[in-house]
Amino acid sequence: MSVQEGPVTSRLPDSLTSYWKNDLVKIGATLAVVYLLYLITGLLLGYGLTGQLNSLRRLTFLIVLYSIGALVVNLHWGYSGLFNIGVVGFMAVGVYVTTILTRPVVGQNPTGTLPGLGLPLPIAIVGGVLAAAIVGYVAALPSLRLRDDYFAIVTLAFAEIIRITAKASELQKFTVFGMTIGTGGGRGIRTYPNPINQFFDGIGAPIVNAVSGTIDPRIVTGWTFILALAIILICILWIMNRLVKSPFGRVLKGIRDDEEATSALAKNTGSFKIHSFMIGCGLLGFLGIIWQGSQGYISPSLFVPQLTFFIWIPVIIGGAGSNNGSIIGSIIFVGTIYLGPGYLRRLIEKFVSHSGRATNFPDALGALAGGDISGILLYTLNQTSALRIILTGVLLIWLLKRRPNGLFGNRREMASSIDVESRVRDRQATDARTGGEE
Amino acid sequence: MSGSKTIDKPILEVERLNKSFGGITALDGVSFEVESGTLTGLIGPNGAGKSTTFNAIGGILKPDSGSIRFDGEDVTGESPDRIARKGLVRTFQISREFQNMTVIENMMIAPTGQRGESVLQSITPRLRNDVSEQEEEIFEQAWEMLELFDIDHLALENAGALSGGQRKLLELARTLMLNPEMLLLDEPFAGVNPTLEKTLIDRIETLRNEGRTFVLVEHDMNVIMNHCDRVIVMHQGDTLLTGTPEEIQSEERVIDAYLGGNVA
Repeated sequence: MSVQEGPVTSRLPDSLTSYWKNDLVKIGATLAVVYLLYLITGLLLGYGLTGQLNSLRRLTFLIVLYSIGALVVNLHWGYSGLFNIGVVGFMAVGVYVTTILTRPVVGQNPTGTLPGLGLPLPIAIVGGVLAAAIVGYVAALPSLRLRDDYFAIVTLAFAEIIRITAKASELQKFTVFGMTIGTGGGRGIRTYPNPINQFFDGIGAPIVNAVSGTIDPRIVTGWTFILALAIILICILWIMNRLVKSPFGRVLKGIRDDEEATSALAKNTGSFKIHSFMIGCGLLGFLGIIWQGSQGYISPSLFVPQLTFFIWIPVIIGGAGSNNGSIIGSIIFVGTIYLGPGYLRRLIEKFVSHSGRATNFPDALGALAGGDISGILLYTLNQTSALRIILTGVLLIWLLKRRPNGLFGNRREMASSIDVESRVRDRQATDARTGGEE
Repeated sequence: MSGSKTIDKPILEVERLNKSFGGITALDGVSFEVESGTLTGLIGPNGAGKSTTFNAIGGILKPDSGSIRFDGEDVTGESPDRIARKGLVRTFQISREFQNMTVIENMMIAPTGQRGESVLQSITPRLRNDVSEQEEEIFEQAWEMLELFDIDHLALENAGALSGGQRKLLELARTLMLNPEMLLLDEPFAGVNPTLEKTLIDRIETLRNEGRTFVLVEHDMNVIMNHCDRVIVMHQGDTLLTGTPEEIQSEERVIDAYLGGNVA
């Protein structure tokens, strides 16, 4: 009946247990633990203030962006049963369209860079989001006829088509309707300037100057950008919560559980699925714009399927069907699997003797044969990207055995704009008092 | 086809429905009419095509040929949601509750015309108040229905945790939330205890007396004989005959069909 009592709850004193039931506290606590771990690691590695702030900035940056991606996957998979494994494709559409729209027109573009349509960034962002949503619409059309797994293949194929199209040399630079634009092909394309950096270069310059004595100005701009991203995340979370705690979300859950039965209840399931998919794809386009787009340069190699699967992992950790779970999942994923191996390597390199450093596998094995394990250890930790995948596998197996529904997956989140649960409890309590008479 | 009397006000007219899956003919010329405001039983041995007929009427299956008219309007091949919106709603033989949703959510999903089904209404601050207002009404309606079906104590359970009989109740209750003009019920009492079954039949008869139309697939002959106004007998994908329970009871062919004989 009641919310599953997790192991954490049983270990906490009663006064804390009631706090732990609040999701915001859970998110905050998880974040605090991860921050603390990184601060301690930073101390051990001898980071100064700038180093610590930079390390936390990168951590927060990735947590916020993975959270946004995970929220969308949760809307698609957790609520609507739409198995979208083409996440990167829609991100690519958003960022590529925005980039092409913002690039200066021919003649005004710096030599060696690609021209574009010269539109202001806000309009270009709207354009990018709309383009991603429209591509989402096209991808969702077959979903009206296909079952989950086939739809998954369609989305994966879509993402690959988009990536390969962006890579095509024919589209590197071309002229259409008298306008010269291009994707940059395999060489990539320079994106748009970050408005926050522009602000601090222009009218915000005095702020940077004022603090430049104590901290690196880049920390100020970097953290301001993080703050902006965090506000965006909060807005998206707010919208998502309203979206799923409504009759709209209720129909989505119905479709997820049994689409045929939902349509037998007079719901036009196709329309709901397309709405859900397009909203998510638009947000993914936006995610691409603020993520890869903010790095100054994009190329098709950024949009490989692996990123899609990484964005899925927080949802699996948090449990499909829970927005807050997706955010906690993102914190855990970025804090441990994604950034963890790199920090662990640096720690071990600092404290284990360098004598065993091996650049390749045979050398490492040789050292091991000689009784020195540090060689194989350092070699292993050097393979960051391989380690991520191994850790992911270990975590997924553990989750499947222990919590197949994810950390928050067995929770009841009522899809209504009113508090149905407390109303039901009131009624049931009244019935119990009157002995069940009506 | 040997209808003993012509029907005055047919609300549902099914004519020569054919449907085959690969080489297997599931429906082979099914034809019948259902009079408005009646409780009609649809009987026949297993594999006679009763559920397939429901699927064709409900829009899940497109018949290969034939026509279905509801309320004078041709609905052949329409999508399930459009047919349901016209007031012709069906339940499933194996209950299709939303397993990972609570019982109360299962109920509240059903009503048509919910403002909050629009994305904009759901997220825009002022408009959302209208949604919540309607949600209160829908909740009241759902609660009444749950009480009526005596499953209000299960309101917060996940529907997947319910017993077979409780699922049947939930599905019927949920269907009634749509306030349909006509209901096709596929074995609604399977797994329901006799006391509750009686309550349900009373409820169905009350609704029928209010002018609603029911078609019931049922294997319990007592229900068919004592409560149905008319009975349609199906056999091997075809309608064998229709008539009043008394007429059906005295038909040799019905007995033969049930015993697996070859019926002319």
